[in-house]
Amino acid sequence: MLSMTNEEVKKAAAFFTKEIEKLASGRSLRLMEVCGTHTVSIFKSGIRQLLPENVELVSGPGCPVCVTPNEYLDTAIAYSRKSDVMITTFGDMLKVPGSSSTLAKEKAQGSDIRIVYSSLEALEIAAKNPDKKVIFLAVGFETTAPTAAAAILMAAEAHLTNFYVLSAHKLVPPALRALLASGKSHVDGFLLPGHVSAIIGLQPYDFLSKEYHIPGVVAGFEPLDILQAVYMLMLQIHDQTARLENQYSRIVPKEGNPSACTILSQVYQQTDAVWRGLGKIPNSGMSIREKYQAFDALLNIPIIVEETKEASHCQCGKVLRGLLKPSACLLFGKACRPEHPIGSCMVSVEGTCAAWYKYGAGRWQV
Amino acid sequence: MSNERVQLAHGSGGKLSHDLIKDVMWPAFANEILGEMNDGAQLHISGCRLAFSTDSYVVKPLFFPGGDIGKLAVCGTVNDVAMNGALPLYLSAGFVLEEGFPIADLQRIVASMQQSAKEAGVHIVTGDTKVVEKGAVDGIYINTAGIGKIMDGIHISGKNALPGQNIILSGYLGEHSLAVMGERHGLQFPQSVRSDCAPLNGLVEAMLTAVPKVAVLRDPTRGGLATTLNEIALQSGVGIMLEETHIPISSAVQAACDILGFDPLYLANEGKMIVFVEPESTNQVLDIMQQHVYGSEARVIGTVVKEPRGQVGLRTRIGGVRLLDMLVGDQLPRIC
Amino acid sequence: MCLAVPGKILARQDMLATIEVGGVTRNVSVMLLPEAQVGDFVLMHAGFAVQVIDEEEAKKTLALFKELEQYAEHDK
Repeated sequence: MLSMTNEEVKKAAAFFTKEIEKLASGRSLRLMEVCGTHTVSIFKSGIRQLLPENVELVSGPGCPVCVTPNEYLDTAIAYSRKSDVMITTFGDMLKVPGSSSTLAKEKAQGSDIRIVYSSLEALEIAAKNPDKKVIFLAVGFETTAPTAAAAILMAAEAHLTNFYVLSAHKLVPPALRALLASGKSHVDGFLLPGHVSAIIGLQPYDFLSKEYHIPGVVAGFEPLDILQAVYMLMLQIHDQTARLENQYSRIVPKEGNPSACTILSQVYQQTDAVWRGLGKIPNSGMSIREKYQAFDALLNIPIIVEETKEASHCQCGKVLRGLLKPSACLLFGKACRPEHPIGSCMVSVEGTCAAWYKYGAGRWQV
Repeated sequence: MSNERVQLAHGSGGKLSHDLIKDVMWPAFANEILGEMNDGAQLHISGCRLAFSTDSYVVKPLFFPGGDIGKLAVCGTVNDVAMNGALPLYLSAGFVLEEGFPIADLQRIVASMQQSAKEAGVHIVTGDTKVVEKGAVDGIYINTAGIGKIMDGIHISGKNALPGQNIILSGYLGEHSLAVMGERHGLQFPQSVRSDCAPLNGLVEAMLTAVPKVAVLRDPTRGGLATTLNEIALQSGVGIMLEETHIPISSAVQAACDILGFDPLYLANEGKMIVFVEPESTNQVLDIMQQHVYGSEARVIGTVVKEPRGQVGLRTRIGGVRLLDMLVGDQLPRIC
Repeated sequence: MCLAVPGKILARQDMLATIEVGGVTRNVSVMLLPEAQVGDFVLMHAGFAVQVIDEEEAKKTLALFKELEQYAEHDK
């Protein structure tokens, strides 16, 4: 959408990094981004190498796959072993380790597990396979949750009786609140998730400035978007302000997407949810409302799930709270690597550890 | 191996594929020639230098824009032989057919094989056909093996990369993968997205005749450009630095990758090659490539560096540098 | 966590729209963006259109990126 020449892009990037360096002089700053897609974008574009060392970009709990607890995976895996069940899932979930297996391994053993790109694809598959109970693994934050809600509404309208959802949707603002309430994650500013914000708008983040006096900037995903957002945060830190700003104005209107929010609240209600690494956070998850309970997998398909075991020595929890750099984890790059991951931070493409490993912070010496 | 069963990811050409070969095949077959780990084997038989290679083709769908499994089966092996600096001469073709497979489709496929063989100037001189029960294979699988004579004075190997050399890529990335994949995911591509499947031996011969000092040749198939360059960096014990802005990717391929969550640097190409050559000869090689139908978009995309050994770096559009790692397992589509 | 791609709506029938990006077309649902019209640029995620792109704001952002020297606010 933003068409610029390579020369223009380089010039703009150089301007931002120069200004950021000037503004950061004499300080040591931690800016947290809470969107896995930001984590990947930052690594892929090489922004880390361009920022001065005293401005640290820290990843927070913004990877929905990473914060999904083992119990969810174990449940999905248990369902996949039933011969009358078909699992439909985004590709992101396939290799995530549960207590003792992964969906990829189960697929290799013969379970019917299919990758879909949309909840609508899962619906189509259910309609075409009436003899199977088709369970859609609904993972993701506020950008993705409305798409699952829409699918449930369509399933209801079509009177589908073999479509179910196993929900693990989570909400970002409560997680930010929990992080700050713990008092441990020392953060000077937030890069806020641009696409989540496209749905929920700006108001849910007001508490950051009003209650915690921390500046926040809603940021886009192009390298220049991210650099501009960091620059905007640096200006605020320099001026000692704590406002909520919107860098991604071409996509994020102040009110977000009211239609999507309506559909979401029609089908889902807020509940408490367990986040890997953060524990239980009140009102941070979503469960299907009573009216649509016919589509809730857990309520309709009895299942016995193995006892949940968390990997010992796994430090994903600390990494997700921005308390530990992946390279500081004893397992990183040794026992825990993308080809044999121990924690979800390493296996999810957007996991902090996976990004560090794949894109080199920790392995690449320039 | 910690995994007890073969997974789909073992076939992707990335780290897991390497592990499978390292942990299962290599201990059984270990010999010096296999240990070279090039795309094919370079053999010395009674003073004759030959290149020998094999590949199996299981692509779905069988027919896709720009090609089919037959064309792929011939071009793929022709190219593997050519990447050893050899002139491919003879191919074998083994077929495993599913009971019930339409003979009309088989005729179409072998006609396509013959057409590609003719273009490449090779002959399919021996083969085998097996039929198995319905369900035992998916339609048709083809294996081809090829043999060719290594050109005189030519020494191509993944071990020959040296700091200072330029790295040339012959054209646009990702076209084959998208042509094969696109129809599966509800995407409609413009007519321009077609598999780039093509026999490159003519171009290789022209290049090596003019510039015998070319050091490395390889075609970035499974695992894509990133994996192929990582393999060479490891084999030669050198580093590689690429310029992101020099790597050609069409807007259609980029758009499809953005939608599906793929990275074009890891997608398979079936009619492209990478050339490592000293700076003094670079322009000459580029001229020859750009004048050839299968190299018209050739350009330098990076250089070989001394450090860090065995790693590939990418200088990004905004001027940052980051690691470009090898593919681990499958590239899985992502939403989140 | 939210891979989303901008594209242009070429056609719309009820709750389905055909979107084009880089020459590639795909059908997506507009259930979450019912006011979307043919000719709009929208953001696509997981098979749905989720937000309309504000072309004026896009132009402003682009202009800003291209002419940054004029906007330097701090001189240390």
